[in-house]
Amino acid sequence: MLSFRETNRRNPGRIPALGLRVLALIAISIALMYFDNRDNHLNTVRKSIGAAVYPLRVVVDAPISFWNWFGDLTTTRNELETELDHLNAERLLTHVRLQKLQALEAENVRLRALLEARARVRDEVRVAEIMFVDANPYDHSLIINVGSRDGVFNGQALVDAKGVVGQVIKAGLMTSQAMLISDTDHALPVEVNRNGLRTIVVGTGEIDNLKLPFVVNNADIRAGDLLVTSGLGGAFPAGYPVAVVNSVTRNPQEPFAEVTATPAASLGQVREVMLIFAGGTRNAPGVGDE
Amino acid sequence: MNRDHAANRWPVIGSLIFGLMLMIMPLPGAAETMRPDWLALLVIFWSMQLPRTWSVGTAWTVGIMLDVTQGTLLGQHALALCIVAFIIVRFHLLIRVFPLPQLTASIFPVLALYQFLLFWINGVAGVSAPSSVYWAPVITGTLVWPVVYLYLSSWRYRTRVGA
Repeated sequence: MLSFRETNRRNPGRIPALGLRVLALIAISIALMYFDNRDNHLNTVRKSIGAAVYPLRVVVDAPISFWNWFGDLTTTRNELETELDHLNAERLLTHVRLQKLQALEAENVRLRALLEARARVRDEVRVAEIMFVDANPYDHSLIINVGSRDGVFNGQALVDAKGVVGQVIKAGLMTSQAMLISDTDHALPVEVNRNGLRTIVVGTGEIDNLKLPFVVNNADIRAGDLLVTSGLGGAFPAGYPVAVVNSVTRNPQEPFAEVTATPAASLGQVREVMLIFAGGTRNAPGVGDE
Repeated sequence: MNRDHAANRWPVIGSLIFGLMLMIMPLPGAAETMRPDWLALLVIFWSMQLPRTWSVGTAWTVGIMLDVTQGTLLGQHALALCIVAFIIVRFHLLIRVFPLPQLTASIFPVLALYQFLLFWINGVAGVSAPSSVYWAPVITGTLVWPVVYLYLSSWRYRTRVGA
């Protein structure tokens, strides 16, 4: 009698039920992708797997953290003194500027009250540290060290000292993923600071280049113009610098001018970012800036 | 009883974890786009060597991990790796006896298929990706394959996986 073992020996390459398993796994993958792409039902799954992978991230980041720590440790007294002098000078300067700012702010509030407009609430910020730049080079995204535990929410705006950096796209429990404004999937409503012209800034996939695809040919925009957030998308608070217009090429045959801009924030160099908890935006429905 | 069922699993799991660490390690600028897909190479190696223990299921699990760490669509890398593992397991008797140059040459289309599947899913899901450099990991993956293969073979021998 030909037993099962006998056949198996004759055809040793056969793995039992391989095709079936593959089909089942493909079906599961497709279902997962469908639901993941449609809406955020799978965020909890993502979060729990992300938490499991977290120790690995820490281990990978350890040499870099150690190097930074070691660098801090071996800074000489001399360097520290120079830095202190420098910082003191800078502090003095900012203080002087701040005095002026306070006066201006007070004046602004008074004027707004005169105009019966609502006084602008100052935005609350929270500093977050960038843990990793995402491994996928086509996603311009960052992982930051705060999550929903600290009140981070999807769509929250991220800025650095010079301007808008991006927004949170996946708020995990302890870490969150944020998309940079240079990502090709990112668009941000802005206005030209000089004259209030409203338009949209879109990422190009290059870290130091943004484009403004919807500026009509006769629009009043020129190189050197500062673009600030208009706040119209609902996710970003108004008035943060985004980019400086780099070049404007007007081609009469095309409906729109070709406008490029350089991000105000140093997207490739930041180590710390600030998360903005603006009054009201927390309740804004979804991510309005996409 | 199958030969590789009784074997200890930790060396393989260890190599996969190490591969995942290589995938999430931040690299400077151009090196980032050139990074070979270490996990795909590991999955190919183990499902070629020990197809009864490490095949499509492992590939799928590893793929999910990769999806989470890379922030891609959940199931994208899982699907691609699963299909790669299936092809390798299907032909494992054939390619296992290939000499190294020929084996390397046959890894190339597999990696290309893998990258294409990812590209395809991106396209269907509407995630944009720039073209030309996107295929760099296929080339670098093929180039590093001989080293990976020789190193993993000796690792397998030293840790007596499936012996």
